[in-house]
Amino acid sequence: MTATNSEAVLPAQGIEAPRSGRIDPKYLRSSASSGSFEMVAWVFMRVSGAALVVLIFVHLFSNLMVGEGIHQIDFAFVAGKWANPVWQFWDLTMLWLAMLHGTNGMRTIINDYAEKDSTRLWLKSILYLACAVIIILGTLVIFTFEPCLLDDAGNLMDYSPSFCESVVN
Amino acid sequence: MWSWVGHRITGVGIFFFLLVHVLDTSLVRVSPEAYDAVIGAYKHPIMIMGEIGLVGAIVFHAFNGLRIILVDFWKQGTRYHRQMLWAVMVLWFVTMVAFSIRHLMIFFEGWEGF
Ligand code: HEM
Repeated sequence: MTATNSEAVLPAQGIEAPRSGRIDPKYLRSSASSGSFEMVAWVFMRVSGAALVVLIFVHLFSNLMVGEGIHQIDFAFVAGKWANPVWQFWDLTMLWLAMLHGTNGMRTIINDYAEKDSTRLWLKSILYLACAVIIILGTLVIFTFEPCLLDDAGNLMDYSPSFCESVVN
Repeated sequence: MWSWVGHRITGVGIFFFLLVHVLDTSLVRVSPEAYDAVIGAYKHPIMIMGEIGLVGAIVFHAFNGLRIILVDFWKQGTRYHRQMLWAVMVLWFVTMVAFSIRHLMIFFEGWEGF
């Protein structure tokens, strides 16, 4: 390692993209036809990553850093948040972007380390199944959630957020 | 090189946490009792340390991810990548000191013992 960045002295133009044309095609696992998907995935990782910084930092701040922080988190707290469509939309966007970003990252890692075709196929099948299950489950939970539950006698349950009193009675 | 290893390890760790986190949140559809019981586990002192570790992983992955994005899209990105790695570590440290102090103070204020 030298004191200055070796990259700094290279001209900005005239450098080929990493590995372009330097690897004999017979050593490449994927055919050229998957190129456009990989390009979209590469851009998606960066766009979703930038959005996730905002989504996740606000999520952590509003749940853990304000109010009573970790102690405030219970059923009524979640119900109170999802009574607001902004938080529903916030959590939904975060769920989809984080799962797709994470799944695509895991796909890259599987491609890097699993050398046998059959191993890669297995691991990726499990990965995509898990991704689909979590996205569908999470989406259903956000939209079918019922905050004001009643007990058998028709009274509001203790766990209900305070706004339920004006809704039910 | 190690920043790439760190990015990969934190990415995998966060991914598995996210799977669990969506599952535990789904308990609001089972019953308030079930949700409160399971989420109560996050209020145990051991879990408080775990949360600081998890947030540390997320904050590193987030800041280092922004650095990767700048290296790729900003004209001067490759020239300053090393300085930006320093910035990532400094910002990570400052953020984590602030988060840890606040999280621990809130925890001890409301803690009712074992
Ligand atoms: C907080 C905001 C985030 C930012 C700015 C961010 C940014 C990035 C970037 C730029 C990459 C490199 C992609 C590439 O080389 O093509 C990446 C990879 C990855 N990310 Fe994120 N990410 C964030 C959140 C997340 C979350 C929430 C998860 C998990 C659900 C996650 C999991 C991963 C994984 C598994 C990889 C692959 C690592 C590798 O290939 O070495 N990231 N991230």
